Amino acid sequence: MERVETFWSKYVFSLDHKVIGIQYMITSLLFLLFGFSLVLLMRWQLAYPGHPIPLIGRFLPDFIAAGGIMHPAAYNTLGAMHGTIMIFLGIVPLGVGAFGNYILPLQIGARDMAFPRINMLSYWNYFAGGVLMLMSFVLPGGAAQSGWTSYAPLSIVSPGQTVWLIAMTFLITSSLLGSINFIVTTLNLRAPGLTFSRLPLFVWAQFITAIILLFAFPVLQAAAILQLLDRVAGTSFYLPTDLIVGGNILDNAGGGSVLLWQHLFWFLAHPEVYVLLLPAMGIVAEILANGTRKPIFGYKEIAGSFAFIAFLSFIVWAHHMFVSGLKTKLSYLFMTTTMIISVPSVAILTCFLLSLKGASIRYRLPMLFALAFLPLFGIGGLTGLPLGFTPTDVYLHDTYYVIGHFHYVVVTGSMIALMGGIYYWFPKMFGRKMNEKWGHVHFWGTVIAMNGVFFPMFIQGMAGVQRRLYDPTVQAHNLAVQPLNILMTASAFILLLFQIPFIWNFFHSIFKGEKTEENPWQATTLEWACPSPPLPHRNFDKEPVVRRGPYEYSVPGRGEDFWPQDKP
Amino acid sequence: MSDSHAMADTNTGIPSGKLGMWVFLASEVMLFGGFISSYVILRTGSTNFVVPGKEMLGVPLAMVNTFVLITSSVTMVLALDAIEKGNVKGLIRNLIFTLILAACFLGIKSYEYPHKWHEGITISSGLFGSFYYTLTGLHMLHVVGGMAYMGYLLRNALAGRYTVQSHARVEYAGLYWHFVDLVWVILFPIFYLL
Repeated sequence: MERVETFWSKYVFSLDHKVIGIQYMITSLLFLLFGFSLVLLMRWQLAYPGHPIPLIGRFLPDFIAAGGIMHPAAYNTLGAMHGTIMIFLGIVPLGVGAFGNYILPLQIGARDMAFPRINMLSYWNYFAGGVLMLMSFVLPGGAAQSGWTSYAPLSIVSPGQTVWLIAMTFLITSSLLGSINFIVTTLNLRAPGLTFSRLPLFVWAQFITAIILLFAFPVLQAAAILQLLDRVAGTSFYLPTDLIVGGNILDNAGGGSVLLWQHLFWFLAHPEVYVLLLPAMGIVAEILANGTRKPIFGYKEIAGSFAFIAFLSFIVWAHHMFVSGLKTKLSYLFMTTTMIISVPSVAILTCFLLSLKGASIRYRLPMLFALAFLPLFGIGGLTGLPLGFTPTDVYLHDTYYVIGHFHYVVVTGSMIALMGGIYYWFPKMFGRKMNEKWGHVHFWGTVIAMNGVFFPMFIQGMAGVQRRLYDPTVQAHNLAVQPLNILMTASAFILLLFQIPFIWNFFHSIFKGEKTEENPWQATTLEWACPSPPLPHRNFDKEPVVRRGPYEYSVPGRGEDFWPQDKP
Repeated sequence: MSDSHAMADTNTGIPSGKLGMWVFLASEVMLFGGFISSYVILRTGSTNFVVPGKEMLGVPLAMVNTFVLITSSVTMVLALDAIEKGNVKGLIRNLIFTLILAACFLGIKSYEYPHKWHEGITISSGLFGSFYYTLTGLHMLHVVGGMAYMGYLLRNALAGRYTVQSHARVEYAGLYWHFVDLVWVILFPIFYLL
């Protein structure tokens, strides 16, 4: 079936999963850059409280920084929007929307997603939600300022939240449509011979992520609708009786519960952590097998751990609420489930480490990122344990220690792996390689600067510095660790600097990069069996037939050290 | 594109459209589950949850409405049954019945709402009213969505697009419609009877 393609149908309103994947990739990378810029303004304020922001300070509007000095409400806004943008508009769309859309159908040997039209709708919902989030900065009331967690009752009485909730509805719809597509595609459109025990780990990760999204996000949708009604319809789902705001008693009927929001929110948001993480782990598994030239250690254990994590992620949420007056017995329950969920995570990391044993590693660019993921994610994971135990969490809760922990997981963990994924699959997407030399500059600069930003947070947190503080110097006990803020801020700006080679490399290589053949990494999975870039709307010349498992590297008695899944 | 996939052989043997509908309904269960568990938590846990008297709620009328919706599920089953036997006229007739019953449901609700406002139960009068209008309102949106889908089926049926071999969408619409019915069967007792 030949179709007539115009510019609009080919690049903008495309039904091709590959074009949609690239749309997701570029949009989410732009949002990541924007969300990162927001935090740079905050970091300046933390390192030099009350000093005018250099260079761009004078161009900022008065409600953000009059005279270049950041306004406290603007600090809250930037914090809320940094979290929202990085999570819902950055990492998830990159890990799931971009890589999932582009790679998953290729790895299972499908011509496209099961529902191409719904796939396109999913991207445009994401796009609309993103645009609305951006617009909220200039709409009356400004952008949301009650944190990405939007705790009631602050979120119900502070301006800007209504637009946030509407934008979130678009984003939730987008991920719902996406997850239906991913689940059905994986179940229904696998190439002949591709049984579940032969699926690449990346597909396992995406499939299980989609299941998490499917079950977790509707609950946030419900919670968000209730919050929206509290704001616009005068209901009081989250408003207790006779709540006093700004010296006045609210005239709502009352009777609601502020903790209800926290329960509903974390019922989504803890599984969400694994939505951020599992696609990254899937990418690392692909790159490690390829770079070590060995079958991945513990394939079944890793896939099983993914599934076990997904199940457990729905029964750990209240560990975010240990200081909310949770009953002691409930705390025990959630403490126990939290300790149990660390077991499969450690199992996965151990399998990855054991995969390296005795390997003759090819230190190519993607492999560097995958290798960096292991210890850095390890730090992120292990520093989570003290937050899962109530005795330590009561002290560490709401300090910079928590910020350090989840940034190690999401930035030096997920983000590093996603960057590795870009270098790994770039040749498949554009038929050209990214420049190795600039890639190395990007890699080393990024990894070192990231540690410079996030490691001091553990020290500050243990010294008792609270998160969300506009000016840390107002509390005397913070002064001892205040100089670390200068180190962190400097590292953050250096981190920005080292993204320039990446941005240049990405766009330059699309047009001018070194051309590659269809399987430049000598990999085994199906996406390397089709041309680079794959054929529009059908991917493969003829439908591949799968004959073996996904990681048949260095098979004894075979000349080449890799044996693709579809080759005889 | 989507049609060709739906008809193609799939790994599970289940058409993608049908599987997609089931997966979608699973997420709907979580959506309504989130609302209903919030309702249960606040109704049992809040110190300020006033449940209006039965006479204010108009239970008999709501009972009638429940029967109307259940009957519409029956006509939907008959519609699918008709086209499975190749009876296009039966399909059209039963789709029209289903649409009429759905409209009756909305009609009765639009009589009920002002009646409740008159009794002083509004969305902001207290938690019961807030949950009542939020959940029944969301359910009504689902009814309207279902009616739009059935209107689309009816148009296709009148154009003669459904045959014994090819009528997958009638089945998918049926799945959705039974789910909407099921939600009401849960909402009715928790708001009117308990």
